[in-house]
Amino acid sequence: MTQRSVIRLLADRVSIRRDGRDILSDVSLEVHSGEMIALVGPNGAGKSTLIRTLLGLLEPDAGGVMLDGGPVSVLSARARARQMAYLPQDRTVAWSVTGADLAALGRFAWGGAAYDRLGATDRDKVDQALELTGATALKNRLLHTLSGGEQARLHLARALASDASLLMADEPIAALDPRHQLEAMQVLRAQADRGASVVCALHDLELAGRYADRVAVLDRGRLIACGSPDAVLDAETLAQVFGVMRQPSGGFALADPGQA
Amino acid sequence: MTRLGVNAALLAGGGLVLILSGVLGSSELSLAQAFGALVGAGDETARIIVWEIRLPRALAALGVGAALGASGALMQGLLRNPLAEPGVLGVSASASLGAIIALYFGLGFLGAFTVPVLAVLGALAATGVLSFLAAARISAVQLILVGVGLSSFAGALGALAINLAPNRFALSDMVTWMLGSVTNRSLDDLVFVAPFWVAGVVLAVLTAPGLRALALGEETAQSLGVNLGRTRTGVIGAAALLTGAAVAISGVIGFVGIVAPHIVRPFVRHDPADLVWPSALLGGGLISLADLILRLAPLDQELRLGVMVSMIGAPIFILIAARSRGMGQ
Repeated sequence: MTQRSVIRLLADRVSIRRDGRDILSDVSLEVHSGEMIALVGPNGAGKSTLIRTLLGLLEPDAGGVMLDGGPVSVLSARARARQMAYLPQDRTVAWSVTGADLAALGRFAWGGAAYDRLGATDRDKVDQALELTGATALKNRLLHTLSGGEQARLHLARALASDASLLMADEPIAALDPRHQLEAMQVLRAQADRGASVVCALHDLELAGRYADRVAVLDRGRLIACGSPDAVLDAETLAQVFGVMRQPSGGFALADPGQA
Repeated sequence: MTRLGVNAALLAGGGLVLILSGVLGSSELSLAQAFGALVGAGDETARIIVWEIRLPRALAALGVGAALGASGALMQGLLRNPLAEPGVLGVSASASLGAIIALYFGLGFLGAFTVPVLAVLGALAATGVLSFLAAARISAVQLILVGVGLSSFAGALGALAINLAPNRFALSDMVTWMLGSVTNRSLDDLVFVAPFWVAGVVLAVLTAPGLRALALGEETAQSLGVNLGRTRTGVIGAAALLTGAAVAISGVIGFVGIVAPHIVRPFVRHDPADLVWPSALLGGGLISLADLILRLAPLDQELRLGVMVSMIGAPIFILIAARSRGMGQ
């Protein structure tokens, strides 16, 4: 992150309640241009809810989200889609469409055509995204013939094809093998390096620390730390939030094995 | 085969069935006479048989099949469920209830438009309920079960109306709606439902692209730029207009809306939006072909179209339901 970066997206004291339970409490977060933020936290910490709120898909019960200084809630779905791409955790596709048609949905806000009827610009962007995620060979395959990892790469290509300047990815590397995990993280990192803002929810703390500029730690709906990976992923946070500790040999162990 | 190729082939097939429906039949008319009448030559009797009896009936079958095929494709796209169909989900039964109410109470406040309007309103009510429940994220299986309940309920109310029918004439009308038939339909009948079909087609063309994004679920579709409320309302309106008007003219004909999209899907790369046109064309071709076969069959008493279509369609529905492990596979 450079010092000249601007704030693109701003969550201002956002709270979300569902069924009498606080899913997010008073969360504030600035997302700058050209930075990659890793959202970490245990299951149920509110990572997905925060991402959906940032995208304007959920209306906060208190607080608000601003995109480039204006409230995101007043924008049309199409206007939001042209600025922000979303890779959800749920990658269910109702129909067994082709890889190319799935990736082409990334250009939906620019027309909504199937792949073979896209304009030249849109098609180039889809092709580039497929190339970046190593999914070019899957263009003409039907989804139900593909493995979970291959489908995940097409979903990532779909999100990249939008060429949006903000990219929100909810566990983008789940279902990927180690090599494709690293490749996906490099692709997301490259987006940030060329000026986009990337927010991704991650479970892998190692990869979060290695690729992200900042790490935001959510615990039971509260943002308890946000800063550089070294500062945030310290022994105390690891033990308190995740119940783990770093092992000298690398990797993590349970912080309190007796309780497990 | 390209998408245009598929549509062109299906259109040609429908046209062929229409021509065959004009020249083939039980009356004492030679093939040459019928062909002559079809192109406007020959004697008056032949022209009346071809243009005022055979073709209106064939056109009615074609239109009804096309409307139901398109409705099936639209509802499947919206509800993300390959088993969704106006007949299965009770939309046709609700439309038929609307038509029966118009007949039972002798309603005529909108003139000849009364029956189609009430049928469309019945279809709209059922589609609205289904869409509301689908938005509440009930499962695909639950949705089908709700449709089965809706269908039985509308059917029971229809039976009640038949029980209370004031005269035998209305009774026979109502039996026609429930069994489904295009016998003795005139061009006038078609004229009165045409506005509803045109409106349904316009809505379908405007909102079908949204179905493509809806394949990823409602929330992701919104993140892709879909105006969910507008798409949902448009697709529901289109399906209700098409189905309601079809039921107004022919009564309930089931399973077209599930069989046509199922056959066509592999030819349009499983694209839910590209599915709508060819499903309409195939549905129209299949129903008009079925009606032609009924007309030519050497039976003492003519079989009802809806009965015959269900005898073929229901087993296919069961087959699709048994084979679909997940959604859309």
